[in-house]
Amino acid sequence: MEKTYHIALNDFCKNHNIEISFIESLQNTGLIEASELQEAGFIEVEQLMQLEMYVRFHYDLDINLEGIETIMHLLNRIETQHKEIVKLKNKLMLYELNE
Amino acid sequence: MDYIDYYKLLGISKTATPADIKAAYRKLARKHHPDLNPNDKDALKKFQQINEANEVLSDATKRKKYDQYGKDWQHAEEFEQSRQQQRQSTQNQQQQYGGGENMGDFSDFFSSMFGNMGGAGGNRPQAKYRGEDFSAEVRLQLIEAYVTHKQTLTVNGTNIRITIPAGIENGQTIKINGHGGIGTHGGPNGDLYITFVILPHPRIKRLEDNLYTTVDLDLYVAMLGGEMTIDTLSGKVKLKVAPETQNGTKIKLKGKGFPVYKQEGQFGDFYVTYNLKTPTHLTPRQKELFTELSKTS
Repeated sequence: MEKTYHIALNDFCKNHNIEISFIESLQNTGLIEASELQEAGFIEVEQLMQLEMYVRFHYDLDINLEGIETIMHLLNRIETQHKEIVKLKNKLMLYELNE
Repeated sequence: MDYIDYYKLLGISKTATPADIKAAYRKLARKHHPDLNPNDKDALKKFQQINEANEVLSDATKRKKYDQYGKDWQHAEEFEQSRQQQRQSTQNQQQQYGGGENMGDFSDFFSSMFGNMGGAGGNRPQAKYRGEDFSAEVRLQLIEAYVTHKQTLTVNGTNIRITIPAGIENGQTIKINGHGGIGTHGGPNGDLYITFVILPHPRIKRLEDNLYTTVDLDLYVAMLGGEMTIDTLSGKVKLKVAPETQNGTKIKLKGKGFPVYKQEGQFGDFYVTYNLKTPTHLTPRQKELFTELSKTS
């Protein structure tokens, strides 16, 4: 059985000196998915990077939740387009070498 | 080492208030922050510069020292030392600022002026920070990407032995957990992102899991049929050429292509395109025979 590692949201907030309400807002907007165990909130370790990025956006750059949502949408679009560019470049090589 | 005008970097005047500095920093940070500019080295450099400017100007003590010495910063330490000697010749000086974990991101100018008065880590001091993510590029020959193999990489002075699975694509990035920068205040290490560049092969081209090659086909074999041997990445393959094969004919060798990434035993196909070579420097006899042949059609 595959193990999944979780991080307690209380610990995360304590370590980053942030309010738990911020995490709750992220949860409400669907930006992170948290699970609950014995009345304590947890996130999967895979979401840690993403969550830290939201914290930087909000606390360091003063970006509100709506802004974070918009940024994430655009970043996902950039990533998809980047993958598409790599794919097309690889395809182009097929024709370039034929010349 | 050049003097850095932190005010100019943030686009503010020397009379800027802390609120002006904060606003200017945030405006520029939103534009150049690495989270918002993935894989953009220029943006990262710019962000480090404005971060450094903010580190100095948003801290009253550092700003005072910076303003006091300005372009004469190289003599700042000498001035400081002589002043301190006058005031308290016997008392040991104690370092007032801890940290220093962000020094690597600051310029030589900053280090020279502020020593180990490193950054406190923004507005959330003592927070546990995940280490920086590292990016690296690995170049492979097509034949190297064809087989699963191990390679030792040196990243920031550390040797990391990684397994590169067969079938890795050009431009593909894989993540090695925990091999990025060291976390601060006990935070986890960052990750290492390796992007693979597959160098072009002189004869064989690849598109996803399929391989493509063009081989020259002798006119007589094309007309009358026969056999020929071609090189694939897994060895030589004997092909049967059907009589009256046309120029540009493409044949498929099923399962002789590239291994499918992380799908053991699965391979793409190998496509061979025939390039008909017509004879040159014909002898009089050959010309005679071709003339005769042309009259039959």
